[in-house]
Amino acid sequence: MDKPKITHLKELEAESIYVLREAAAQFERPVILFSGGKDSIVVTHLAYKAFYPARLPFPLLHIDTGHNFQETLDYRDALVQRIGAELIVGSVQESIDKGRVKEETGYYASRNKLQTVTLLDTIEQHRFDAAIGGARRDEEKARAKERFFSHRDEFGQWNPKNQRPELWSIYNGKKAMGEHFRVFPISNWTEMDVWQYIYQEQIPMPSLYFTHQREVFERDGQWLAAEPCIPRKPTEQVITKQVRCRTIGDITCTGLTLSAAHSLEDIIEEIAATRVTERGSRADDKRSETAMEDRKKAGYF
Amino acid sequence: MLDSTRGYLDMELLRFSTAGSVDDGKSTLIGRLLYDSKSIFEDQLEAVEAASKSRGNEDVNLALLTDGLRAEREQGITIDVAYRYFATPRRKFIIADTPGHIQYTRNMVTGASTSDLSIILVDARHGVLEQTIRHSYISSLLGIPTIVVAINKMDLVDYSEQVYNDIVAAYRRMSEVLQIPNVEFIPISAKKGDNVVNASENMPWYTGKPLLNFLETVPMPNKLGGEHFRMPVQYVIRPISDRFADFRGYAGRVAGGVLRMEDRVRVLPSGLESTVKAIGMAQTPMNEAYAPSSITIELTDDIDISRGDLLVRADEPQPQVEREVVVDVCWFNERPLLPRSKYVVRQATAETMGMVSAINHRRNINTLELETNVGELRMNDIAEITLRAANPLVFDRYADNRTTGSLIFIDPDTNETVGAGMIK
Repeated sequence: MDKPKITHLKELEAESIYVLREAAAQFERPVILFSGGKDSIVVTHLAYKAFYPARLPFPLLHIDTGHNFQETLDYRDALVQRIGAELIVGSVQESIDKGRVKEETGYYASRNKLQTVTLLDTIEQHRFDAAIGGARRDEEKARAKERFFSHRDEFGQWNPKNQRPELWSIYNGKKAMGEHFRVFPISNWTEMDVWQYIYQEQIPMPSLYFTHQREVFERDGQWLAAEPCIPRKPTEQVITKQVRCRTIGDITCTGLTLSAAHSLEDIIEEIAATRVTERGSRADDKRSETAMEDRKKAGYF
Repeated sequence: MLDSTRGYLDMELLRFSTAGSVDDGKSTLIGRLLYDSKSIFEDQLEAVEAASKSRGNEDVNLALLTDGLRAEREQGITIDVAYRYFATPRRKFIIADTPGHIQYTRNMVTGASTSDLSIILVDARHGVLEQTIRHSYISSLLGIPTIVVAINKMDLVDYSEQVYNDIVAAYRRMSEVLQIPNVEFIPISAKKGDNVVNASENMPWYTGKPLLNFLETVPMPNKLGGEHFRMPVQYVIRPISDRFADFRGYAGRVAGGVLRMEDRVRVLPSGLESTVKAIGMAQTPMNEAYAPSSITIELTDDIDISRGDLLVRADEPQPQVEREVVVDVCWFNERPLLPRSKYVVRQATAETMGMVSAINHRRNINTLELETNVGELRMNDIAEITLRAANPLVFDRYADNRTTGSLIFIDPDTNETVGAGMIK
């Protein structure tokens, strides 16, 4: 037999589908954390493939900060329709109204951190025992330490100093009552792999990822969207620029990239030439040297 | 499509891990590989420069690129495996940077268990140490096809060929006793950059390849798994919809060999047989499937198949079906392994209770001898045991198939993964 060539995308896809099927087999109530960003779109696409022709054996959970780009919400609703999935929305505004969390104030106020409480509350309310996310190890140095099956104690906390060993591709999802797991099927993908795969599979993407004109303003060397949810300092001038999102999160922490990329090929070329990481445009990671680890320990995505 | 876009879509992936004793410079080596191959982004480098400065480090501390946890940065050590990704025009790489401390051996095994190649670092000033031996031995038990011994910090021994040769000789004495095959040696300085990406001008006596070039050109390991078709069943897909009323798909990842349309398959342990009606992934049908593909199989007959069963071809050599197996074990937990103690055994997708019927012998890492009459296995011990399972195990020898030949031990009281086993 000729030795078939296994490309990296084929190998990564097979690994991710294997992880998703393990999650479906080992947990009673798994859920996909869906943010509307490219990574959770790819995870949802992989899950669709993994269980075809059956429907997704998990609902999608969107933690809505109330500060989303309208395009994200439109895309989310269309996707759910197209694949016939169930959508659950956890609302940060509701957590604020109920007094579960307190809104930050000031120019740098963000609901990013508040999401953790809403997420953990929603997981508990629906008795989800596994939350499947699109986090990738190449994104950030704390995420670089994640297992595929990552244990969370009854407080939703991650204990990075004592993670379970994870041998070969044998994943141990056993847990006590009240504990849950985070599952990361695309752990081994890079930003480039994600875009190449989107290109290969021709996955429809939210328009925010492609170049468009937008009213923006500059803060600390980043372009942010001029939207009412980010209070501007008197010195911060609004101008119109040709931009795209490299990552999509809540409006308050999504830095926009000046870009002329209007096709998937353009995006791949742009990423090949870039000298800054994608999270370099995320305000939430810039808060301190171990900002991500601290949030993850508390139960963040 | 642009040529470059096409080029990116068509690359092969090599997974390697770095191991070795504490302070042998593993994280620095990875920092150097990323730095010299221009895989570090500007904002990452700025963050590391700032962090180095605030710690009072004189030079930029490249280890901070991979030591991402607060506790790691505080102590300047690696606790858990960190994964890093980079690509050269020739290949894509996944690096598992594993810890050197004996206390975190379980994390070293985690990183090494999915690797195609293992780099063992040795400090040229200290030579072969206990952790060098332990990590080399574990790498060879895991069946990693190539081991590269990178003799590091050559700048601190005046780039001496004599020092290098002595370490190579000492390593070879050890690797012969432990029967470790396929070892390569490269003298490097991760801190100064000698022989990592660029050939060293300080060691003209070394005529081999620098490390990165070696990684780019080492033959790709066989990703096709064992010789014979094996697929552990993960999940049964039953749509229960009008359109797919009778659909029954067996989902899994191929762990060896080839399966084609109309092949006769056997289900183990039941021994029931049927014929392949369709192979596919979502809407894409396939004529044949091989490892490491994830697939869905439909059969012509409705037979009892569930998670934990193994699908094989009826016309090929069959796996073994036994209740008692001999296993090489790495033990990870503070709670020792005792004869007659019971564990949950997970092997491929199957799960059963297992009892250790005997500890046959343990490897003494310092003397390299096999010790018999061992009462218990402690954390980080490597030993051979006999395991008795409640239900028959369907397996191949680990040497023949890494998926069907491997298993883990789970402590039923704590749910923790406490040991790794390779069936002999």
